[in-house]
Amino acid sequence: MKDNNIKFIQGNEACVEGAIYAGIDFFAGYPITPSTEIMEHLAYRLPQKGGKFIQMEDEIASMGAIIGASLTGNKVMTATSGPGFSLKQEALGYACMAEIPCVIANVQRGGPSTGNPTHVSQGDVNQVRWGTHGDHAIIALTASNHQDVFKITVEAFNMAETYRTPVVILLDEVIGHMREKLVIPKPGEIPVVARLRTSVKKGVDYHPYLPREDGRLPMSDFGAAHKYNVTGLFHDMWGFPNNDPRVVSELLRHLVDKIENNVNEINMYKEYWLDDAEYILISYGSSARSAIHLAKNRRARGIKIGVLELQTLWPFPSEMVREKCVNAKSVIVVEMNMGQIITQVKNAVDNPRNVFLANRIDGELISPTDIKSILRMIQGKGV
Amino acid sequence: MTEKPFNFKDYIRPRFFPHIWCPGCGHGIVLGSLLRAVHELGLNKNEIVITSGIGCSSRISGYVDFHSLHTIHGRALTFATGVKLSKPGLKAIVPMGDGDALAIGGNHFIHAARRNIDITAIVMNNRIYGMTGGQFSPLSGSGKKATTAPYLTIDRDFDVVELAKSAGATFVARSTVFHANECKDILKKAISHKGFSVVEILTQCPTYYGRKNKEGDAIQMMEGYKTNTTRIGSKKLEKNPNLIQRGIFVENTEVPEYCKAYDEIIKTAMKGKA
Ligand code: SF4
Repeated sequence: MKDNNIKFIQGNEACVEGAIYAGIDFFAGYPITPSTEIMEHLAYRLPQKGGKFIQMEDEIASMGAIIGASLTGNKVMTATSGPGFSLKQEALGYACMAEIPCVIANVQRGGPSTGNPTHVSQGDVNQVRWGTHGDHAIIALTASNHQDVFKITVEAFNMAETYRTPVVILLDEVIGHMREKLVIPKPGEIPVVARLRTSVKKGVDYHPYLPREDGRLPMSDFGAAHKYNVTGLFHDMWGFPNNDPRVVSELLRHLVDKIENNVNEINMYKEYWLDDAEYILISYGSSARSAIHLAKNRRARGIKIGVLELQTLWPFPSEMVREKCVNAKSVIVVEMNMGQIITQVKNAVDNPRNVFLANRIDGELISPTDIKSILRMIQGKGV
Repeated sequence: MTEKPFNFKDYIRPRFFPHIWCPGCGHGIVLGSLLRAVHELGLNKNEIVITSGIGCSSRISGYVDFHSLHTIHGRALTFATGVKLSKPGLKAIVPMGDGDALAIGGNHFIHAARRNIDITAIVMNNRIYGMTGGQFSPLSGSGKKATTAPYLTIDRDFDVVELAKSAGATFVARSTVFHANECKDILKKAISHKGFSVVEILTQCPTYYGRKNKEGDAIQMMEGYKTNTTRIGSKKLEKNPNLIQRGIFVENTEVPEYCKAYDEIIKTAMKGKA
């Protein structure tokens, strides 16, 4: 019997499969390399299940459209790459402020500017965290293989609903375009979080921005019983603009705390051979593939080396990273940028002097050999 | 049509008042006409989503007791597109200022018109940025004074009606706040129209545009809307072709509405599914 659940596809398609599994209803986007396959596949797939797809006039419009569609009760997503992600920042901040669940995939290319559209980079890590103006918190997930791309995509939708926030899926060109096997899990295998809707009856006051005891904010769909205001201004529990200093500080703290205080729940990672590791490679996305390859190879030669693969980049899991690195002689952060996550790692560990960078910034995938050179230098063996 | 007489209190959120507009601002008249139009159409408040951007005019969305979405500068039509396409049963109304709609939001304006998505765009044209204190807009026209044009503007202006027409809007009309009843009637037709409708309403900003350009107070500015405008194709126009025309310029029901067209795509896709 032919099993339709096994596929040999691109990472961008794995992301689409994850979105479908998570219950995506609405996608708005604008073509951009190397993410375009996500929108192409959703243009095909969404109407088959009665969902909606729209190609907007630009990246800003795509972001606006998904926020509007989320408010009518839909699970929504857009996909882009660096230049488009830059354009989306203002509306992304709006989604943070107004607490609108939405998912944004950024398949990274080299930057700044038009940069290196068809080549790999992980240069947007810090932009994901701080791209939109003002204090805020953000969730960003990443993965190094298609099975995990699928999984983090489902989790991105889940977290968007749970925390009422934009969630960024941060892929890179290699993951997006590489083909590999994906086994689509059976329904129910990965839990899917539904929109939390208010139980407040029609005619009874509904406070859209009054958190429940557990901190969650049940929503009411536009078109349903409750008419309320949504704004990007600081607002009170009714959603009405308010610049009372107390209201402003409370809301800002809420927006940050609801994510930063749940770092352990949000944190997803994988570890390889960490138990006795003297050398720890910390990596994520396609770089992690080379890190795992190198570690396996060195293990075979008796070197106590392991890999900590981050899947949640933001909020940064400082505590977990510190604990994992407590017994390591040296930590090597493997990433394809000038050193972005390494700053977080240095802040997290007890001894930042033992943290080194193995990077590549030329549009080529970092190789196990690249990492080996750094390792040998640290070991005092020369390159 | 509802039997109940119009009472604005049925349509506003008292919690939001007093409003932020200056005395003499024309925006309140637009709000009044809009609420009367909604009332006379007998629409259910729960069916209406009002989406706006940023500016004096955009504050309308918070004042009305509909589902209201106060978004970011220039992008209201994109948010409204998401609302409408995801739930086509809702009525989408988008009040915008001239800068909001046609400077920062110009691209979205023409593309919403091109798609013919069923949204009513109201361009409240006071030819100035009021919220930020009187800078010229793409509708100010040349030879005007503004804080960013101390020596007079050299920028030409858009004709909203011509722009909307050529971008493909299937309902295009113009009125002024002096003609509040006409405004209401046009808005009724625009809201009922199945497709992208554009209603330009000339409205005064006495605080900045009026003062800077010596057009007098609110009453004098409204008088201006009476004397400088005329109905489409009226006799007055023959004598004075410079008059601004009011009325409905385009009402085309032939072009498929976007959400309806997408429903057909869904049907095709569902059939084609192996
Ligand atoms: S500044 Fe002008 S547009 Fe704004 S409220 Fe005052 S009069 Fe109205």
